[in-house]
Amino acid sequence: MNNQDHDTPPESDGRKAVLTRIEEWRRRPHRLADDFITSAHGAGGKASQSLLQAVILPGFGSAELKKANDGAILDVGDESRVVLTTDSFVVTPRRFNGGSIGDLAVNGTVNDLAVMGATPRWMSVAFVVEEGFHIDDFRDVVADIARAAMIAGIEIVTGDTKVVGKGAADGIYVTTTGVGVLPDGRDLAYANVRPGDKVIVSGSIGDHGIAVLIARGDIELQAEIPSDTAPVHIATEALLNSGASVRWMRDPTRGGVASTMNELAMCAEVGVRLYEQSLPILPAVNGTCELLGLDPLYVANEGKFIAVVAPEHEDIALAALKSVEVSRGARVIGEITDQHPGLVVLETLFGGTRIVDMLVGDPLPRIC
Amino acid sequence: MKYIDEFRDPVAAKKILSEIERLAATQPHRKFMEICGGHTHAIYRHGLGDLLPESIELVHGPGCPVCVIPMGRVDDAIHIAMQPDIIFCCFGDMLRVPGGKSTLLDARAEGADIRVVYSPIDALAIASKNPDRNVVFLAVGFETTAPSTAVTLLNARERGMKNFSVMCNHVTIIPAIKSILDSPDLQLDGFLGPGHVGTVIGNYPYQFVVDQYHLPIVTAGFEPLDILESVFRLLRQLDEGRCEVENQYRRVVRDNGNPVALNLIDKVFTLRPHFEWRGLGFISHSALQLRDDFADFDAELRYPVPGVRIADPKACQCGEVLKGAIRPWECKVFGTACTPETPIGTCMVSSEGACAAYYNYGRYSQRGRIPVKVV
Repeated sequence: MNNQDHDTPPESDGRKAVLTRIEEWRRRPHRLADDFITSAHGAGGKASQSLLQAVILPGFGSAELKKANDGAILDVGDESRVVLTTDSFVVTPRRFNGGSIGDLAVNGTVNDLAVMGATPRWMSVAFVVEEGFHIDDFRDVVADIARAAMIAGIEIVTGDTKVVGKGAADGIYVTTTGVGVLPDGRDLAYANVRPGDKVIVSGSIGDHGIAVLIARGDIELQAEIPSDTAPVHIATEALLNSGASVRWMRDPTRGGVASTMNELAMCAEVGVRLYEQSLPILPAVNGTCELLGLDPLYVANEGKFIAVVAPEHEDIALAALKSVEVSRGARVIGEITDQHPGLVVLETLFGGTRIVDMLVGDPLPRIC
Repeated sequence: MKYIDEFRDPVAAKKILSEIERLAATQPHRKFMEICGGHTHAIYRHGLGDLLPESIELVHGPGCPVCVIPMGRVDDAIHIAMQPDIIFCCFGDMLRVPGGKSTLLDARAEGADIRVVYSPIDALAIASKNPDRNVVFLAVGFETTAPSTAVTLLNARERGMKNFSVMCNHVTIIPAIKSILDSPDLQLDGFLGPGHVGTVIGNYPYQFVVDQYHLPIVTAGFEPLDILESVFRLLRQLDEGRCEVENQYRRVVRDNGNPVALNLIDKVFTLRPHFEWRGLGFISHSALQLRDDFADFDAELRYPVPGVRIADPKACQCGEVLKGAIRPWECKVFGTACTPETPIGTCMVSSEGACAAYYNYGRYSQRGRIPVKVV
């Protein structure tokens, strides 16, 4: 890959002015122009960001919340710190190739703790159930949660169940809250990310979103694509204990790798450069995306994470990840640059470039 | 992936690019229009603009079916969708297209039952599953998608479906190309022909571009190598002093098109006397409507539609962009007031729209060669 060419783009003034104007607009505080909540507000892309920035953060606005992490680090006046995270699950259908709403409810929360660097310990589970929901189906959800929690080694310690009238919910919604313990000395933050750092993904991307899309049966596609839902805490531990200098981690769920990388570029004020030829995408996922006009970079994952590591520790980091089953497919997909701060740029197979922006709208609603 | 990888081979691309460079070096600045939005999308998605020599400029054409829908038609669609007991089906692209006041996405949030489908057949399936509801399919697209709407309507009639109708916005490509060629704003050296439309109508209908306007046209496929090869073929024609309709997309396009599909279109549709295209204005015989014997399935006859023409917002220059007269970033509101999340114009909505493609993929290009205006 010829990187030297890219460092000094001979841009004309007119074009530069346009780029500057756009970047200024992108950096303005998000405005919420909508009068109603639409599915786009739940998709993890730009609309979700504006709802967060315009309504939720001003409403609550604690310093910890404003850090915009997957979980909050709580100072309890002890040596180790506590990490708290919460997530709701509304996926339809409730069962799909490779998993179920119960698996997601546990793994989603475990992974949010894991990418904060914490060891998952305790969890609460709350259900909102629609009147008329079959008890056997409810039993199945509970059994899936219990099994997933056992695998992830997290203990369910409290919970709640509410029933709403027929039509007031779609079957069942699950909310889980997780508590983990952050060992001393671990420091993962946007501010640690430096130009030159490597971006590593723990395995193939887009599997979960496509698995749910196929399970939904709206499109008659026959492809064997299991969801990747899985707890990643063993892999994150292996990486953090490998001696590699890990700057930051995140799990690319809704909005996919593209949205996660954009959050990183914006919050850390760095540029992210991804290599198309390095992106691990299963052929069946790629084929489905080609057919439907989706971009795998925007499709959700439920058992993957992205880690930014110091460039000199690339090999140690990869070796540590490859030693764990869930991250056996880990590879470097890009690097951090001081060019184009705030932007994610993909180098295409041909050596051309294109922007990878935040997700707009919602190509696949209710995937988790 | 088979059938894809061989058309995305970087080594083969390099070979074509060096041929392109060789020919381009001997020729003046060339301005080629890719008519189809699918090409625009592919060019930006694969970063092809970066790879071509500076003297070759690709101009984006009007071939994005979502982009050419005028605001008044969107309002009509929203009006139908808001009627009681309607299930309104459309392609996902249409949800965010701004009408006079709102979008179909807003209508859905206000309670309209609007569903995204991938094919008109899916809408028909929804109709047979919901016999007590009326299902309306919003048909958009060029000749590429018209046959599938036709098959669906024939199927619906055969089954005697009473609760299914279509709001037809199908448009035809040839009058749009004519309108572009007659526009005084634009000096072109050739066309990349719309490959998918070509699968249906074939190559013969493009002959007028050669005969009347003396410009070469190459029907092009949609993979990166297809597009590069088509640019090469245009340059070669100019180099050899030829001017022909050439078919690069032979694996799919036949010279006489697809007679079965053409026959289906003819059975179900007839030409509208005129149709408003966003930015291009009214163009005679440029769109399709249902034939009289399908009147029962015509949503515009079945439901009251306001049919009010709405002028495009003053700041929006989609018309100029669709005609290739200005490039997306030359529009005053591009990337500021008009972005994919708050689009003012249609070109910013559909992923095939020139503005959306440029904003989403192209705005950071490693070679800043684009905004140079060449007279």
